[in-house]
Amino acid sequence: MSEKLFVKGNEAVAMAAIEAGCRYYFGYPITPQSDIPEYLSRGLPGLGGEFIQAESEIAAINMLLGASATGVRCMTSSSGPGISLKQEGISYMAGSELPGVIVDIMRAGPGLGGIDASQADYFQATRGGGHGGYRIIVLAPASVQEMYDLTMLAFDLSDIYRMPAMVLADSVIGQMKESVTANPRPATALPDKDWVVRGRGEGQPQRVVKSLYLGDGEMEAFHWKMHARYQELADRECRWEDLETGDADLIVTAFGSTARIARTAVAMAREAGMKVGLMRPITLFPFPKQAYAEFSRRCKRFLVIELSTGQMVDDVRLSVARDAEVDFYGRPPGAGSLPTPEELFGQIRKVYP
Amino acid sequence: MRQVFARPESLKDVQTHFCPGCNHGSIHRLVAEAMDEFGIRGETIGVASVGCSVFLYNYFDVDVIEAPHGRAPAVATGAKRARPDRIVFTYQGDGDLAAIGTSEIIHAANRGEAITVIFVNNTTYGMTGGQMAPTTMVGQKTSTSPSGRNQAKDGYPIRMAELLAQLEGVGFSARVAVNNPKNVIQAKRMIKTAFRYQVENKGFSFIEALAACPTNWGMNPLAANERVGDEMIPYFPLGVYRNTANL
Ligand SMILES: Cc1ncc(C[n+]2csc(CCOP(=O)(O)OP(=O)(O)O)c2C)c(N)n1
Ligand code: SF4
Ligand SMILES: [Mg+2]
Repeated sequence: MSEKLFVKGNEAVAMAAIEAGCRYYFGYPITPQSDIPEYLSRGLPGLGGEFIQAESEIAAINMLLGASATGVRCMTSSSGPGISLKQEGISYMAGSELPGVIVDIMRAGPGLGGIDASQADYFQATRGGGHGGYRIIVLAPASVQEMYDLTMLAFDLSDIYRMPAMVLADSVIGQMKESVTANPRPATALPDKDWVVRGRGEGQPQRVVKSLYLGDGEMEAFHWKMHARYQELADRECRWEDLETGDADLIVTAFGSTARIARTAVAMAREAGMKVGLMRPITLFPFPKQAYAEFSRRCKRFLVIELSTGQMVDDVRLSVARDAEVDFYGRPPGAGSLPTPEELFGQIRKVYP
Repeated sequence: MRQVFARPESLKDVQTHFCPGCNHGSIHRLVAEAMDEFGIRGETIGVASVGCSVFLYNYFDVDVIEAPHGRAPAVATGAKRARPDRIVFTYQGDGDLAAIGTSEIIHAANRGEAITVIFVNNTTYGMTGGQMAPTTMVGQKTSTSPSGRNQAKDGYPIRMAELLAQLEGVGFSARVAVNNPKNVIQAKRMIKTAFRYQVENKGFSFIEALAACPTNWGMNPLAANERVGDEMIPYFPLGVYRNTANL
């Protein structure tokens, strides 16, 4: 049965993790995501799970690696500085084909930056973030409901594709309260985890979870295998929301909290008789390239809005048809940098063909 | 005829890549013997570190997770918490555990994680070509301390067995060596005790094993072995530093 609740985005993440069967959480405090570990430190022990406040984000991600290698569903969460520290472990998890969910409630940076909403970790998230050349699944919620639903989805995708999955949100979505339908865990068909370490038992073959590949051609083969898996992800798992794009002469595109503001601006434009649509990618990796390509067959003008000086805009430019024009409006992260709907409507007017 | 010496079942029947006179091989063997004697091979998860012992999975016939450099105690924590019914051990070098992984070992020990840590102190970074380690002796020449470790600049070699023995979360901490038959027998007993701690659920156990690295010490195996007794043991005394359950 689905319950209707009024909760913070961060709490929705924690609730969804529990519903998804995650019983192991490892983390280190950092604003603006501390509601997640706080919630789980109360919730997990009673469910036979484990909550560990690690000594650092480095330790936390490696605990995730160890737990995941035994086959359990597990999660960590952090924000900018902590996500940077996790990159080593994320790279090892990617290299070891380990699932695991990482929640990034983005804050302003670089460095200590600030705790205001940011989307400037888009590159870090979608390009892998650590060394060696790999990708992880990246999901971008734009509401508290999606914090819940996409966290649940992250566990499934991560298990299916055997790679880490990140929920990439910002402090607006993390801190905001909205009503949520706490949907039950879907009955997704999941592959057998026949690779987990479990103590080999008698007569069973040894299992090793590792990322070291020294044999001739082994590493190269691994990269091509993962490349094919990323392609499979792109073919099957791209998700987005589009609104009034059918007749649009301009498509505004943004993810996460920015997309919420853009939605209001698009409504203002429609009210003013302008044919403007909205495209909101939900999966940032895989990026819904095909959808952009389709839109750009008809609509030749795009306006990308981000809380940065422009990162996702690169992916949009790579996705749309050559004769489509892509404009950008960015507010780099920091106190007071959230744009207003009127401000975005002004930008729409400026570039509307 | 009675067979008095055989390969422990927990070790695979393969040649190792270790250099002649390297003590990693002997220490592997003692760990494997302890696992055989407790009959825990089938329920053990090893956590490999980054260093000359990275190929743990090629030699031990147990399931293995390979950890990033220094992070084995955190990886082991995750594995043990998820599978408390399994025996989880890490096997780490001195660069791995006492430099880059200092934070992970101290906090895993302090939490009293029910794991066993085998720490191989050969006073150098073996795998990367003999650079100075946190355990390098004062005056010891390495590829990054060409005129010898200078305590004024580089600090002093860290005594991990004593350091960890200060932590309330630690059940057992001991230092052993494998440079002569007497010490090997003693080392075997200590390693067994360390595993007994885990088998009997008595808490975190730590073994520091002094080891020769002839290759990077620029010595032949015999001279390297002698150095363990002549230079290392006086500074890194063998013994039990903590044994809360009196096992
Ligand atoms: C993050 C990181 N830094 C550096 C290295 C390179 N590296 C590999 S092994 C090693 C040191 C190994 O020395 P030790 O732990 O003492 O093990 P030994 O080889 O002596 O047994 C280093 C620095 C690495 N793999 N990862
Ligand atoms: S380099 Fe040193 S530690 Fe590494 S295998 Fe050779 S002797 Fe052993
Ligand atoms: Mg060493």
